[in-house]
Amino acid sequence: MELVQAALVTELSVVRKDGRPITYPLIPMWDGENIVMTSSILFSRKLEHLKDNPRVSLSFSDPIALGGRTGRATIQGDARVIDGDPHVDWESVLPLWAAKEPVILEFIKARVAFPLFFERSVIEVVPRRVLYWPDGNTDKAPQVTTTSEWTGKAA
Amino acid sequence: MDVRSGVAMFEPAEGLRRLEAFPFALLTWVGDNGFPVSAAIDVQVDTAHGMVTFSAPAGLDVPLGTEISLTGSHIRPQPGIGYDERRHVTVWGHAGRVPHGGLKFVPTAAWGWDEAAIPFPEYIERQVGQSRRYLARVSAELGRVVRPRLSLGWLTLRATRLPFLSATLIPVLIGIAIAAAQGSFDLFAALLTIVGAAAVHLALNVANDVFDARLGADDRNVNPTQYSGGSRVIQYGLVSLRRMAAISAAFYAVAIGVGIVLLLTRFSVPLLVIGVAGILLSLFYTAPPLKLVYRGLGELTTAIGFGPLMLVGAYVVQTMGALSPEPFVASIPIALLVALILYVNEVPDRPSDGRAGKRTLPVIFSREAVINGYVIAAAVAFIAIVLGVLAGLLPIPALAALLPLPLVLRVRDGLVRYYDQPYGLMAVMAVNIRVHMLVGVLLFTSYVVVLAVMRFAPQIPMFIRWS
Repeated sequence: MELVQAALVTELSVVRKDGRPITYPLIPMWDGENIVMTSSILFSRKLEHLKDNPRVSLSFSDPIALGGRTGRATIQGDARVIDGDPHVDWESVLPLWAAKEPVILEFIKARVAFPLFFERSVIEVVPRRVLYWPDGNTDKAPQVTTTSEWTGKAA
Repeated sequence: MDVRSGVAMFEPAEGLRRLEAFPFALLTWVGDNGFPVSAAIDVQVDTAHGMVTFSAPAGLDVPLGTEISLTGSHIRPQPGIGYDERRHVTVWGHAGRVPHGGLKFVPTAAWGWDEAAIPFPEYIERQVGQSRRYLARVSAELGRVVRPRLSLGWLTLRATRLPFLSATLIPVLIGIAIAAAQGSFDLFAALLTIVGAAAVHLALNVANDVFDARLGADDRNVNPTQYSGGSRVIQYGLVSLRRMAAISAAFYAVAIGVGIVLLLTRFSVPLLVIGVAGILLSLFYTAPPLKLVYRGLGELTTAIGFGPLMLVGAYVVQTMGALSPEPFVASIPIALLVALILYVNEVPDRPSDGRAGKRTLPVIFSREAVINGYVIAAAVAFIAIVLGVLAGLLPIPALAALLPLPLVLRVRDGLVRYYDQPYGLMAVMAVNIRVHMLVGVLLFTSYVVVLAVMRFAPQIPMFIRWS
């Protein structure tokens, strides 16, 4: 999970109803069991796609967003959207979010200025399969780990 | 850009042009198991022929018959803060084989976002419709209405645009102070005047949102700022249009109630005329059939309402209807500067105002005319203070109200530099509001000085007397 914890941004790919893959940049967080992300209701197309088809992949591939790490990984998993109360549900992951984007704590003080940005859903991804390129070179076949082999150290 | 949906779709060629700028691309397709598969690859973008060539990642089968995508994504980490320079682009198409073993890709669709091209606040605003659709879906799924929320305090502040009350307090306090300097002061009547004038102002603010929402001006605005574009509580679903109309009516009821009490206790024809005119002007500022702000009369209406009506109105409450030239002269700079607040705040709104048929002066006039108009009107405001003092109608300490004059030049320079940049204009609008507030406070303070001198050193002349 080193890449997940280091990454400022991951590319979340979801599948639309018509079968087209679509990719969104998001901040990934590791809560100890699953990968979690949040999405404002403003940018909720992805949430609609996730509810229609929970199969997703997360790509960790940009060395700049990975703090200089050259390893690359794609994690496939099942996503769940948590949005019983978009006003407060996401606040449980705020400490994880602030660890990656400290300015969000200042931003949230101005919640009145961007009220819809802070109406958010939580996306929880249970990893199923990991494709890992230790040196980031995709000309070489990836190391593949599945859930049954999952040790928590694959990526 | 589809403003209604907020989806930033653009031509495939534009997508390729953007993709070319990224150091690598993320190739994504849907695998046999139904999960998306992504792999970072090097690509050769050929914008001239509208295609991309690349080698398939080792050990993975890139499908040739189904749609795949290439994504470029970038951020710049800012340690201790987060990141900036957000931009991403995705192009879709089908992969085909090329003779020497690689794959080629001709895009058929593209989307993305670059915050250098579309600032984050505007990007957010373009997505408001999507948020409404999503909350409708969540509400249906949960079997209960899910709405965005704000705490009551923040919501009140936002819905009523409470901080703009300074535009009311300044003329009312000056009017009361002038009357006091002339020997007329009643504390209870002064407090009632403040409450009544504030109620009219808040009613106007809320009514403005109601009618702008009904007429479509605020819905079309994708560049609102904290000073322009309305409160947006209706667009955001924070308060319903019906409730906003009720809130406006309640404020008008308070204002009319206060007006009746003042008329019953301190009746005068000037007070009656000013009170009725103030309420009608505030209501028909945006309300049909007059819609004054839609006809190029919003600035004049604001000048009259927040200048002479407020200031002379507060004065005649204290003097029981007696009139004098002083409050009229004092209202000239206040009227001009408050109208200039609206005038400058309308600059970023002019595209959406124009689309909604709201013909404000910045919609009607050219950039140069608007900027020159600002300078001329501000200059007249300050000249009026000097002439008022020279004429003996304003006290000598009122010359201190000339101190904010350099801020006018900052506003002018800001307009020149940021005329077409709504978010760059925010600081300019803030300075412009400060001009009105500082001039108003200094004018009010000059009358406080007059009152103090009258009490403790009456021999010191406070007005120029030429005879």
